[in-house]
Amino acid sequence: MTDMNADLKNKAEWVWRETLSIHRRAAETRIASSLSPIEIFVVLYYGGVLRFDPSQPLADSRDRCIISKGHGSICMYPILADLGFFGREELEKVCESGGFLGGIPDPVIPGYETVNGSLGHGLGVGSGVAIGLKRKGSDRSVFVICGDGELHEGAVWEATMFAAQHRLDNLNLIVDDNRVSMLGYTDDIISHGDLSQRYKAFGWECRQVDGHDVMAVRDALSAMKQERAGKPKVLIARTLKGRGVPGLENAPLSHVMNPKPEVLDNLLGQE
Amino acid sequence: MTIKPIAMRDALLDRIWRSMGPDPRIFFLSADFGSPVLDRIRADFPERFINVGVAEQNLINVSAGLALEGYKVFAYAIAPFITMRCCEQIRVNMALLSSVRKMNVTLIGVGAGYSYVVSGPTHQCYEDITVMRAFPNMTVLSPADHITAEQLLDRCLDRDGPKYLRLDAQVLPMLYENSPPDIAAGFHVHQREGTVCLVATGYMVHTALKIAARFKEEGRAAAVIDLFDLTNFNHDRFLSVIAPYPAIVTLEEGFRGRGGLDSMMFDFLGRHGVDKPLLNLGVDGSYRFELGTRTELHELVGIGVDAASGRIQEFMQNLPSVREGASGRKVVR
Repeated sequence: MTDMNADLKNKAEWVWRETLSIHRRAAETRIASSLSPIEIFVVLYYGGVLRFDPSQPLADSRDRCIISKGHGSICMYPILADLGFFGREELEKVCESGGFLGGIPDPVIPGYETVNGSLGHGLGVGSGVAIGLKRKGSDRSVFVICGDGELHEGAVWEATMFAAQHRLDNLNLIVDDNRVSMLGYTDDIISHGDLSQRYKAFGWECRQVDGHDVMAVRDALSAMKQERAGKPKVLIARTLKGRGVPGLENAPLSHVMNPKPEVLDNLLGQE
Repeated sequence: MTIKPIAMRDALLDRIWRSMGPDPRIFFLSADFGSPVLDRIRADFPERFINVGVAEQNLINVSAGLALEGYKVFAYAIAPFITMRCCEQIRVNMALLSSVRKMNVTLIGVGAGYSYVVSGPTHQCYEDITVMRAFPNMTVLSPADHITAEQLLDRCLDRDGPKYLRLDAQVLPMLYENSPPDIAAGFHVHQREGTVCLVATGYMVHTALKIAARFKEEGRAAAVIDLFDLTNFNHDRFLSVIAPYPAIVTLEEGFRGRGGLDSMMFDFLGRHGVDKPLLNLGVDGSYRFELGTRTELHELVGIGVDAASGRIQEFMQNLPSVREGASGRKVVR
């Protein structure tokens, strides 16, 4: 277990650096939003949680991972390249002509299931996928990753009610709970209060975890995936937006802030 | 056996119900909107029927998810709600997503135009053609009777991508009880004789036929085309059908000059270099709250038989070629 802890931590550290490097080259990418869910994605893809086949990204045998907060998933680019969904050279062409890794990822990218970044869509689409899998007799799981700011979208709650009503226990929602929306702290905009209580009231199974603790995230996601008790499941992963970047981390306007190139170079150990 | 006219939705739903047995890929979702025929789908295929509740955004999103898993999905609700309440869900999860991933989804909107006569503008629908044809890969189908509605089912099942089927809520007279509409062409010519060609869709086909009948009594003639496939009709055949007429009139139960049938026809004629005088008849002005019969409401907004006949007559009188008795063909190139 210690090895896995170290491996996942190292991988997360590598992804963090790669994400900063991408942002250094492509300032249009949403850096702060993409730093908070790094451990979540690392655990999903390297921690033995998701089933996937990079050579057949849409194979029926895969678990479905729907990245609803698409803008905040630039950290997925190095992960997908590393796993072989596409060539590493693509990482040099983010937001450039001829590339396909944009400022907001689209399903033209191998490994992305749906159109993302327009917020509030993933859970509803994921619920449809979850019903479809059940009706087809498939035991595959659906994971949906949302931001906490995204939970202000009403359509999310239509889907939240729907998933509970239809007992979608193959549906797993992960909330990247970084508590910062575009223009400030979510608590100052519309507070979710005790979010876990809200999910419980809606009939969901709820877990909470430190979203940067890879082993805690792994334990939670593995347990969630196994659990099929007639309820959809949510993991509220408490995270820090802009994590590890001075001036950006947990800043209320971090969503729209770009760290200076010299700050990034300094963090990346470059002159 | 004589066929009686029935509601378009009942005709279509009956065909869907019959198809769901042999085709286990068909899934049907409703946003808490029913019909007696829908009860059969609900009873016989409970595993492939879901009422999502009064939640059109989720209706679209869940439909998209099911379509991604290979189901042929029908999503069913009242027309303004299934097109406009969830417009961005349609854009992102149907129009955009189906450009990358294979999906087969048909949105069925009931209540085209003024068909919810006394419910007022919330439930009436005069913007749906405009809104839905804005998506470049959306098929927009607008039948004028229940036979066309049911015949369009195969097109929905066989063709991938997003489709919008706009249905009238009322029982309309049959147009095709003796011979089926030309589904492949996407339009049907009801009357070829005429100095003007009336191109109508949905309920307005019936209005156009009444106008043509009135003109006939007055010793004139007007051709009538029922254009029910607004996005994929056969262009070449349509061009050859309209070639002889000196002028075109469009009739729709939607706002005039706002991107509906009129804009579509204007664009179509322009693209093909057809230079014919064009009169667009649609709902004039803005939202109205008066109560009345559908006929009265139509007269109020300029698309009733009386109002439209008058405007067509005026339009024709001002056409120099018609006044001069020339052939009037003004096809450029």
